[in-house]
Amino acid sequence: MSDIAERVKKIVVEHLGVEAAQVKEDAKFIDDLGADSLDTVELVMAFEEEFSIEIPDDAAEKIQTVGDAINFINSNSKS
Amino acid sequence: MFDLTGKTALVTGASGGIGGAIARALHKQGAAVTLSGTRADALEQLKAGLGERTHVVTAKMDDPTDIDRLAKEAEAAMGKIDILVNNAGITRDNLSMRMKDEDWEKVLQVNLTGTFRLTRAAMRGMMRRRHGRVINITSVVGVTGNPGQANYAAAKAGLIGMSKSLAQELASRAITVNCIAPGFIATPMTDVLTDEQKKGILGRVPADRLGTPDEIAAGAVYLASDEAAYVTGQTLHINGGMAMI
Repeated sequence: MSDIAERVKKIVVEHLGVEAAQVKEDAKFIDDLGADSLDTVELVMAFEEEFSIEIPDDAAEKIQTVGDAINFINSNSKS
Repeated sequence: MFDLTGKTALVTGASGGIGGAIARALHKQGAAVTLSGTRADALEQLKAGLGERTHVVTAKMDDPTDIDRLAKEAEAAMGKIDILVNNAGITRDNLSMRMKDEDWEKVLQVNLTGTFRLTRAAMRGMMRRRHGRVINITSVVGVTGNPGQANYAAAKAGLIGMSKSLAQELASRAITVNCIAPGFIATPMTDVLTDEQKKGILGRVPADRLGTPDEIAAGAVYLASDEAAYVTGQTLHINGGMAMI
């Protein structure tokens, strides 16, 4: 498992207060992990901070699962 | 009651009559305060009077980079922002027929847009800590209107609508957003009025006197306190009965 995936999962665990085992790549933030709309905004902002990237609103809307986030960051992060 | 020990507050427009009184009152309850405004000497003077737990950051509320810097420096100085008091405001009065575009825009920019920007910048830390108090100083004229103040009244009414929206967005994070709407308060802003003008104003105030900045500050202390955790999206009118809404 890549380092990016680990870091993404760590952020999700911290922000949503869920068990690490629940944070599978196909887990949906809202439906499976109990996030509300404000949580998803916070997560996107946390990803931006952690990976020093900018996630535009239209891209953020498409990030619905843990895997979506990992894929987006994989293809957009410099580090 | 209303103990603010360990809390931190950023007060804009702190060199003004009401802003200064709010900063003093929050500080007296135990909060650390960052005083912001455009006049460094007036802010330093207020700081000297308050002593420890006080910081000064000057900023212009019509400059987006300045506003972001203000939020960052206040957070750096105090470690966090628990209480944000958006008090900074200007007037450019004129009857609408004679009001210039720039007077309209300037008042909206400082009083409304600047407040939104600073609140957005401070909100992030509040969300993370699941605690926050935003207190926007609006005005009775934002609800009643006032001839010669179409720009100021529009900005102040805008603050009320903005606060209600933010209150709904942030309530689940234990952040409250409220307004205080002062009536006529004895400050340098009202000192310039002639006796005749004051008499005219008092004719509309059942309490038959101007309010004091401390009476506004008392409202801010309440809204900033843990005791007011269940109060959000509200406008507290402090106006001697001038308007009952």
